[in-house]
Amino acid sequence: MIVKELLQFIDGTLLTKSSDLDREIKGCCSADLMSDVLASIQPNALLLTGLCNPQVIRTAQMADVAAIVFVRGKKPDQTTLNLAEKEQIPLFTSPLGMFELSGRLYTAGLPSLEMPISN
Amino acid sequence: MTSNISNIPSSRFKGKIITDKLAGQISRVEELAYILKIKDVMSTSLKTLTPQATMQDVINVLRDYRISGVLIVDNEKLVGLVSTEDLIRCLEKNDKFASVKSYMSTQLTTVNSFDFLTEALKLFTRTGFGRLPVLDENKMLVGIITKYDVTYGLLRALEHEYHEEEVRRYRASHLFEDIESNRTSLVLRYDIKQNDFIHGGEASSQIKRALTRLGASNQLSRRVGIAVYEAEMNLIIHTIHGGSIHVEIEPNQISVYVWDDGPGIEDIEQALKPGFSTATQEIRNLGFGAGMGLNNILRCADEFKITSELGKGTHLVIKFFLKHEDKVGEGYSQNKE
Repeated sequence: MIVKELLQFIDGTLLTKSSDLDREIKGCCSADLMSDVLASIQPNALLLTGLCNPQVIRTAQMADVAAIVFVRGKKPDQTTLNLAEKEQIPLFTSPLGMFELSGRLYTAGLPSLEMPISN
Repeated sequence: MTSNISNIPSSRFKGKIITDKLAGQISRVEELAYILKIKDVMSTSLKTLTPQATMQDVINVLRDYRISGVLIVDNEKLVGLVSTEDLIRCLEKNDKFASVKSYMSTQLTTVNSFDFLTEALKLFTRTGFGRLPVLDENKMLVGIITKYDVTYGLLRALEHEYHEEEVRRYRASHLFEDIESNRTSLVLRYDIKQNDFIHGGEASSQIKRALTRLGASNQLSRRVGIAVYEAEMNLIIHTIHGGSIHVEIEPNQISVYVWDDGPGIEDIEQALKPGFSTATQEIRNLGFGAGMGLNNILRCADEFKITSELGKGTHLVIKFFLKHEDKVGEGYSQNKE
């Protein structure tokens, strides 16, 4: 799936302008804990999260995340938006919950890109 | 580079007032139209005729040079233009031995050589003309600009930028090759402020970008990025006065040194246990402080040492050993997954 195809599944809107919407999404990871994201996510994943701050963008950048969807209708503040524009990471917001979004995207064919965090 | 050549500026924003929102959608090509001057892209090899020439001369010039219009110049001053349409009018009347004076258009739309390209684009769209004569500061004819010149000029400018970027990347990725010493390294130093969540991750971001520039694989720069990011967030969350990060890059290894002056960790073994955390709810709301940080560093690194003394501070040494294909600054690379 490529980034711009997301819109047909998430009932949401694109929040950024500078990003590459033709980038490929290889799978998905849903989490609110950024340390978990950093530990478990594989490259080129879509990140579904309810967390809305600049650290989400930084985390995405470090972990080579392809795009972020904020769930439950959440919208990030301007600082977060600006950082996403600068780092060219596409942001979406969707009124749907994390569970429903995960389900829809999984059904649409996106595999999980969350690795177990083993100790 | 994602600029879209098909989006010629004036057509996409035709008739629109450029608001901030629209301005955000301006592509590199559109930006270039505001950077390049008309004189940068115009043709200067001009085929001109004098007013005394005949329409037959026009036919000869159009045929010989495969062009679709001739400028008429008198004493170096532009006085008219004979276009294909003018020529058709003449041929309809079977009047090809008439002087060009009787058929040339004299109400000319011209552009200034010192104006930005966007002026020419606006005129092309507004008038529908295929070519515009270009005048200099003294109103002397210096060239002609067609849509072809615009496209070619933009492509050339994009190519030039692309080439420059390639050269910069090449130089960075071969950084260590030309420098001889017993041991060459590049050190990046960052000071991290305590409690600065807004800029949290900036240093890691810059480090990751530097590594990519130096030719590190995606996988390597990602591992280093994640480890340094966790360390950076720890400095922001837990320290009293912030701390420092030094990254020493060598062709075969990357060493990250992180230190602060307190408060120090009471029980390192406990701190390393996944899930152990002393972070406040506020920190947890940011998605951190779940007791995963040091573990994440351990997981990403090839070697990890932590020393800490209560009341004195904490010191981390994080090392990454580079396999042959991962080597940075020696021209291996390029963006392997």
